[in-house]
Parts: sequence; C-alpha cells; structure tokens
Amino acid sequence: MAEIKNPESGVTPLLSLRNINMTFGGIKALKNVSFDVRPGEVHCLAGENGSGKSTLIKIITGVYRPEAGAVIDYDGQTHSHMSPVTAQAGGIQVIWQDLALFPEMTVAENIAFHSLVGRTPRLVNYGQMREVAIKALQRLGVTLDVDAPLKDYSIAQRQIVAIARALIGEAKIVFMDEPTASLTQSETDHLIGIVRSLSASGVAVVFVSHRLAEVLEISNRLTVLRDGALVGVYPVEGMTQSRITELMTGKSFDQQVRAKPVEGNPVVLEVKGLTRPGQFEDISFTVRRGETLGITGLLGAGRTELALSLFGMLKPRSGSVTLEGKPVRFSSNRDAIKAGIAYLSEDRLSLGLIQPQSIADNLAIASLDRIKSGGFLSDERKRRLVAHWITELGVKIGRQSDAVSTLSGGNQQRIAIAKWLATDPKLLILDAPTVGVDVGARAGIFEIVARLAESGLAIILISDEVPEVYFNADRVLHMAQGQMAGWFDPRRSTLQEIEAAVYA
Amino acid sequence: MRKLVQSHATEFALLAVMAVICVFLSFATPNFFSLGNAFDLLNTSSVNIIFAVGLLVVLIAGGIDISFAVAASVVQYCAALILGWIGGGGWISGLLIAGGLGILLGSFNAFLIHRFKIISIVATIATFNIYFGLLMFFTQGVSIYDLPEWLTDRVVLFEHQMPDGTWAEITLPVLVMAICVLATWLLITRTTIGRQLYAFGDNPEGARRFGIDIGAMQFIAFGWLGMMAGIGGLIQAHYAQEVVPNALYGRELDVLAAVVLGGARLGGGKGSVLGCVLGVLLISITQNGLNLMGVSPFAFKMIIGAIILAAITLSNTSLEKLLPFMRTQGGRQ
Amino acid sequence: MTGITARIRNLFGPEMAGPGFAFLAVMLFFGIASPQFLSGATFGSVAFQLPELGLLTLAMLLPVLTGGLNLAITFTANLAGLTVAWVLQANGGVDAGIGAFLLGCVLAIAVGAATGVVMGLVIAYTRAHPILVSLSMMIFVRGLGEFLTRGGDVSGFPAFLQPIGHGSFLGIPIPLLIFIACVLLWHVLLTRFKLGFNTYMIGSNIEAARYSGVNTRKVIVLVYTLSGAMCAVAGIIMLARFNSVRVGHGESYLLITVLACFLGGVNPFGGFGRVIPVFVALVVLQLLSSGLNLMGANQHLATAVWGILLLAVMILRWLAAQLMIFNRRKG
Repeated sequence: MAEIKNPESGVTPLLSLRNINMTFGGIKALKNVSFDVRPGEVHCLAGENGSGKSTLIKIITGVYRPEAGAVIDYDGQTHSHMSPVTAQAGGIQVIWQDLALFPEMTVAENIAFHSLVGRTPRLVNYGQMREVAIKALQRLGVTLDVDAPLKDYSIAQRQIVAIARALIGEAKIVFMDEPTASLTQSETDHLIGIVRSLSASGVAVVFVSHRLAEVLEISNRLTVLRDGALVGVYPVEGMTQSRITELMTGKSFDQQVRAKPVEGNPVVLEVKGLTRPGQFEDISFTVRRGETLGITGLLGAGRTELALSLFGMLKPRSGSVTLEGKPVRFSSNRDAIKAGIAYLSEDRLSLGLIQPQSIADNLAIASLDRIKSGGFLSDERKRRLVAHWITELGVKIGRQSDAVSTLSGGNQQRIAIAKWLATDPKLLILDAPTVGVDVGARAGIFEIVARLAESGLAIILISDEVPEVYFNADRVLHMAQGQMAGWFDPRRSTLQEIEAAVYA
Repeated sequence: MRKLVQSHATEFALLAVMAVICVFLSFATPNFFSLGNAFDLLNTSSVNIIFAVGLLVVLIAGGIDISFAVAASVVQYCAALILGWIGGGGWISGLLIAGGLGILLGSFNAFLIHRFKIISIVATIATFNIYFGLLMFFTQGVSIYDLPEWLTDRVVLFEHQMPDGTWAEITLPVLVMAICVLATWLLITRTTIGRQLYAFGDNPEGARRFGIDIGAMQFIAFGWLGMMAGIGGLIQAHYAQEVVPNALYGRELDVLAAVVLGGARLGGGKGSVLGCVLGVLLISITQNGLNLMGVSPFAFKMIIGAIILAAITLSNTSLEKLLPFMRTQGGRQ
Repeated sequence: MTGITARIRNLFGPEMAGPGFAFLAVMLFFGIASPQFLSGATFGSVAFQLPELGLLTLAMLLPVLTGGLNLAITFTANLAGLTVAWVLQANGGVDAGIGAFLLGCVLAIAVGAATGVVMGLVIAYTRAHPILVSLSMMIFVRGLGEFLTRGGDVSGFPAFLQPIGHGSFLGIPIPLLIFIACVLLWHVLLTRFKLGFNTYMIGSNIEAARYSGVNTRKVIVLVYTLSGAMCAVAGIIMLARFNSVRVGHGESYLLITVLACFLGGVNPFGGFGRVIPVFVALVVLQLLSSGLNLMGANQHLATAVWGILLLAVMILRWLAAQLMIFNRRKG
C-alpha cells in the first residue's frame, strides 16, 4: 500500500505528534502513531471502531497520557503529554461523540464550562457566563434560552450547545468526534456550514468518523488508522468512499444488488392504514415469506416508531395489522414475540443487549421456555441452544459465560440476531443493524440476513444508510415525516435515484 | 414566573403541600399558627437541617453516605472528652474541634471511595459499622452528662413574650443552622467548586475530560458532610444537654428521606438547599401538627411514612399530569 | 474432572473468592488465637445465631440483585411476628393450638408479602428509587407496629413454639434447618426459574430486558413480594427465639444484611450475585463474632470488625484487579 506522507510538505503544522504509544490492560491501542494538523485545514481522521481514533484524541486533549517517548508539538511548544486544562487554554477544543454535556446544568453553564474549571476555587460569575454563552450561540446563528437546564433540549440542540462550547475563546483546532451520528440531513448541512466558516477564519477542524460521505467534500486531507497503527496520510482530492473503506479495513468490497422476485410467496404481514399521530400516518404495506423489505428515510421519519408499533411496544391510534391472515393487536412486546415478531433494536448498547451479562444469557433471554426441562431451566439445554446458534451464525466467542460486552460490534449484533432467531419468529425487524459495526463486519451481517430470507423468514430492514437497503432489500419503502413517500425496486432504480429522493 | 416554577418544580410542590398542611393545621388546632410554635419547630429541626445540607452535597456529587449520623455521635463523644482534657474550651474551640473531627471521619470515607474505587454505599455501610461498633465498644454505651457549662447552657438569641405569658424563643442551634445553610448554599451555587460538584455528579466522565479533579471532589463532598455532621453532633449535644452514644443511631435514614423528598437525586447532579430545608421542615411540621392535634405519638411515624410514600408516588407520576404546564418539553423552541 | 470444576464454578461463581478467603482467614486466626474456637460450642452458637440474620439477608438479596434495596425488612419481620402473636393471643394465648399458629404463619407471610407488593408496585410503575420507596415503607411499617403495640412487648405464647426457636433435630438446630431450606429455595429460584433469570437481567439493564420481552414490572413486584414474605419467615423465627415480639427487635440487622450481601460478592449495582457465597459470608460474620466473644470482646466490637472485614475484602478485590492489569501488561 502506498504511503504518502505530507503530500505538500513545507507547511508548518499547528499540531504534530510523533511516537505515540498507548496500552490498555495489556492491549496496544496505539502503535507508534504520528499525526499532524495544519492551521486552518479540514482534516478527516478515519478508522473503524477500535482503530484508536478516540484514544488519539484523548491523548491530544490530555485525558490520557501516552507512554514515554511521545513527542507532541503544539503551537511552537513541545510536550511529552498534555493536560485537559493546558489543552483547552491552548485552544484545543473537542466535540465529543457522547457530547460530554451536563444535562442538569443550564445551557449557559454548559457553554461557558471552562470558566468553572481550574484548581483555584473562586466565585462563579453568572453574568459573564450568560454573555459568553449568548455570544457563542449568536455566532452559530441559534437562539436558545441560556438559563434553561440542558435536559429540556433535544439531542440535536444539545449538539449545538457542544459546538458552541468548543468555539468560545480562541479555538485554534476543533476535533469533532463522530459529529453527524445523531444529526438529520439539514442539521448536518448546517454543521458543514459552520465548519466552512471556521476553516475560513483560520481554525483547523478535524473530523473523526467512520462515515465520511458528508464530510469528505469539504476536507483537505485524510489520515487513516487501522488496528492502532497509522495506515497513511492522503490528500482528499480523488478519494472515493470505497477506496477509504478499503484503507480502513484492508479489504476490498464490491456490492451487488441482492433483490429477487418474491411476488408469488404467501403474505406474512399486512399493515393497513397504521397511524400514530405525530409519528407516522396511514402506513400500508405487506411483507411476504422470504422477502426483505427495506425501509429508509431520514432521522425522525417515524421508522423506529413504526417498528415499535409492530412489535407491540407502542400503540397505534388506528389501522390494522394482520399476521398470516389473522388480525393481531398486541398489548405488549411479549404478545408480539409470542405471535412470531422479533425486533432488533437500533440501540444495541443500551437496549439491544444486556452488556454486562453473559453471551449465553443474552442469547437465551427471549426463549427461556425452550430451555426448560421438567419445569426448571436447564443449564445443559441452554448450553446446547447457545452452541447451536453460535455455529449457525458463525459467531466467534471465547466462553459462553463471557460478558457480551467483550465481543466486537459485529459479533454482538450476531448474538442479538441469534436471540431473536431462537424465538422462531415469522417476521424479523432489523432496525439499523450495522450501527457501531465495523465496515468489514457489515457484509457478514447482511450475508446472514440474506440466508435468513432464503430460509423463508420475512424481514423488515430499517436503515438511514440508503446503500444498505438498496443492496440488501427486495423492495424499498421511503418514509418521510411519518408518511409513505415512495416505493423503489432496486432492480429497476439506481442508488442515486433513491438517494436523491431521500436526501431531497 | 412560569419559568421559575418549571425550574424549581420540587420546591414549589413542597411549598404548596406545606401551605395546605399549615392552613389545615391552623384551623384544626388553636396552637399551631403561633410564633412560639414556629420558633419551636425551628429549634427542634436545626440539627436535622444541618445534617441534611451536608448530605445534600454528597448526593449532588453522586455519592451516598450512611455513616454520617454515627460519625456525628463519635464526634460528640470525642469532642466532649477533648473539651474535658483542655479544661472546658468554649463555642469557638468546640465548633473547631467538632468540625475538624467530622472532616477527618468524612475524609476517611472519601479516601476509601477514591483510592480503592469502593462505591460509596458499600464504603459508608462499612464505616457505619466501624464507627458505631468502636464507639459502643470503647464507651460501653455509657453516656456523658458532665459537659462544660457553656455547652449545656441555653443561649437565647431572640425572645418575645406571647399574650398568654409564654415565651417564644430562638436559640443558638437556629443561628448555627442558618450559618450552615447559608454556607452550603454559597458553596454549591456561587463557587466554582460547587458547580464542579454538580458537574461531577451529573456526568463524571465528562467532568474528568474537562480536567476536574475527581479525588478533590470526593474529599470536598464527604469532608463537607463530615464537617456538618460534626457541627450537628455538637449542637445536638447542646440541645439535649447530654451525650448518649446511640442517640443519633438511625437518624441517617430519616435525614436521607427528607433530603430526597426535597428533590435531591440519588445518583447525583440534582438538588437544592431550599428543597432540602423544605423537605426537613415538611416532616417536622407534619409531626408537630399531629402532636398538637392530640394524635398518639406512636402514630406519627406511620402517618409520616405514608405521606412520604404518597409524595414519592405522586411526584414520580401524576404531578406532571396534574399540572401540565410544569411538564418540561423535550426540545423546546 | 473438568466437568466437576466447571460444576463447582457454576455453583459458586467468581463471587466465591471474597467470602471463601475471609472464611479461611477467620478459621485460621481464631483457630490459632483461641484453643476453644474449633469446638462444638462455637458452631452451636453460630448455628443458633445464623438464621435470624441469614433469613433477613435472603430478604435483602433479591432486591439488591435487581439493583435496588429493601430497607423495610427488619420492621416487616416485626410486623409479621406481631401478626402471629395476635392470632395466638386471640386463640387463647399460651393455650393456643397448632392450628392457630399455622393460621398465624400464613397471615404473617401474607402481611409481609403485602408490604412487598406495595413497594414493588410503586417501584415498578413510578420508577421511584427503591431506596426511597423502601425507606418510606420502613418508616410506615415501624410506625404502624409501634402504634399497634404502643412500643411494648407482646409475649405469652404456647410451649410448642419453644422447639422452633431452640430445639434441634438430629443434632441440627431447627432454626438452622429452616434457614438452610430457605437458602436452597432461593438458590433454586435464582438458578432454575425464569423469575430468577430475569431478576439478574433486570439488575443489569431493565430497559434492555423489557425490549427482550421480559415482563419487568411483574418481576419487580414479585421480587419485592418474595422479599417481604421472607421477612415474615424471619419474623416468625425471631418470635420463637425471643419468645416475644417487639417492634425494633433486630433493627440493627438492617445494614448488616446489606454488608453480608456485598461481602458475599453481590454487585452493589445489581445483576450479579449468588446465594451460596452470601451464605458463606454470613457464616464468616457469625464465626467472627463468636470468636471475638470467646476472646472476651462484645458484639459491638464484632460489629466494627464486620465493617473492617468488608473494607478488607473490597480493598483486596481492588488489589487483585490491579494485579491482573499489571500481569497482562507484562505478558
């Protein structure tokens, strides 16, 4: 692989790291990594989950201390490590993926948080904090009530607050850790506008992401990490999404449309005029045996709410749901599971799996009645059930009793799918099944989805990444603002057509 | 006004409930609505309020402390002994000794929690047993009645003779309580340390990333509670005019109930001094009112328990449904 | 062979290290320090003292596993004891028959379960913090008991109750037999029943459990109901042991039960913990106080040492974790 270092050497970097090593609990998180950022540039730091991106940022901001031998040159000074206070005082700002905000505190306190930090205790100057906060929000063209507690605001608004916090003071370099993960398209556009103006005013911006489509167009350079090591630094010009994926994973992929005719198969699920005011309205569709129905749309299109209604966790106001010819009405998701509907949550970390508990228990939780022997739960039956599904889905695990949190994202998702397959469902709803799954492992998940469909399972595949549904579904339903906005057939439409409709 | 109600929902709810109870009691009993009774309430609630504002600081920082009431007993006893050795002392030396000993005992909790990463409920249940066991072992459960005179003399700061000839008095514990309340309010709302405590309780990982010293937070929170426990212990000895080693045993849970009733959240990041004081007063007023109504003292706790249970149930469910304007909307414009 | 070690690991789990270590340390220390320690008398006294604290600890265990607490256990036990006492008194006091006693027991368990149902419903439906809910229930139940007894004792029970508190069967004290039966019941409940399985799952992440089809409200209500019922069993044993009931009997056990759970390796946040290690932890606590008794100390010193023991185990656990990280870094 060609390694291009400093394609336009001659520019003095604002920040330059050499010899960065970091070990956690015996595992090398970063191996001799170097990284540099120039004044005013927009830089992408790309890599899969666990490639060391977040660790690198935490070293730059002083949260972690790198191993001996590290050299950090910043703004003309050389350090062996940073501290959070010196980093912030020096103009290094971060918008963390989890935002690192304080929901019970006011917007003003969150934005002007730096004035509360520091060792010497002093009185709080609320007036000044409000002024700073109002000014920072004005700069972003947003008005929020700075005296309200942050918890009153939506996630997107909170992200604005996090950005505002990063831009107060004399920011020289701003890191954005997965900034678009929870944003809708228009919010992303707004963010890109902010980045452009920052860059124009001489502030360097570093995007840290594994989803680069939306930021690639405004970036100058790209640094790729893989397994804690530097792959290389590249100019963005001429880069394609698939080339970046190849660099990040070290493998090459090419995808083909999997759509197949299913019109002759018997109908499993029929939805007619399903409505839940404010969330989705008048939704009608059918799913057949062996069919994969793709549902796509922007965040807030009502996709997850629709899925939760089919799964019995939300109650639709009107409309009907028919499962294999029988009308059904669920009072809880337990009824839905019994009837043969399974729902893989979009939020694997906090809703999909019980992270601290064992692989075996996570897999068996929804089908305890199947591992009973003589009325009691049987460890032996549980072991056999788990072993069966682990082989079936090709999950790599150590011991069945290991915590599920010790698995990679892809393997965790397979456990979550296995949990539902063990209930012997007729319909499987997959809500954003690749969130937090490495690019390299995504193909494996869709391989499983295709096999399940082939075996006759009806599948609803929900995703806000249009290519996922385009390549993997038989039909694609586009939802926008709670309404059905259109149907697409991947065999007749192009990816661009669907993307144009969704992102319109 | 609406904004004020929204951001202080718990405090306003408590005030409303208190107002209802007060109005009811004023009509039900002739003696409730009098200066004398109001002052009495303040005199008797002082120690609990001192404890409560201390505990509030620990709850805000995301911890919990079970040991503070027995720590106060330890401080009481040790302070009485030390004062005896140094030949009596006075209010200044007494408060310094009690506060200092309290800080020491609180810091021991912080040390265990910070150094060995023991979560606060486990660490303080352990120190609860250690403090209380050792206190009872060394004292053999013997009380001290021979206290310095300055400590047992009632200090009346304000008095007013009522028409019926009785005296309405405000005594020293009320002043100490007021100072403790004010100091805690200053600490948690006006200083950077206080706001760091809130931030730490609200989002520990976020606080860490901003360079907030986690160890210092634990020592400040538990040290502050220790100091309040020490001062409260001394004041309790003054009020009771004796030191009984197990007098405060069990007080920790009553105070905890009052503080959480006042809107502090187990888990951190939330709570106010006003709510905390109102929580204690609500319980005292109810108890006082029941007393004046001639209800059997044996029934007090039962009724108070039922009231707290009902308050929790209501505050977690229908308060927002009953008063829709109080509901905080996700994503206000 | 590996099958056996796997079975043992399965039965005790990683939680066994702390209490097992403490058990060995206590046996070794008192075995050397006091010649009378390793004798029938020590174990006799342990056997008679263990059940009261043990049954209350079982009542505490279930809520702790769900990530909560039940602070009302001791007074619920008192209230249940009072229920039995009244039924006996209403049926002739010292002359009451077995039937009256059995009726009393059933009613007592119903009363205990009723407090649990109320707490469980409030916690499950309002999501109020269990510490708070059980704390107010504790204040209420204590008040109710004191109101009904006016703070006094209730005594005067038929003679056939004596063996339940003090008798032995095949040389094993009857209270101990009852306790061991309850330990086994709890062990089976937690390892062989859906309710037990779901208790652990809820303890780790209640929302994720709900998404997986667990009826979380039902589990929470049942957990607190069983906890209350177990309090009633403890209350009946206490009645037989003291031959009287007074509100406040066993009050000091409240926080000791929490201590015993943590010492037994139960995760303070819920989700992990087994019955057998908790049982061993209880034995260790009683051995400690018997040993200290032999050496002339009183129960108060034992209480302090219990606290120190808990700290010691937590610190050792921390050290072990540090050592593991260190070793891995070297490897």
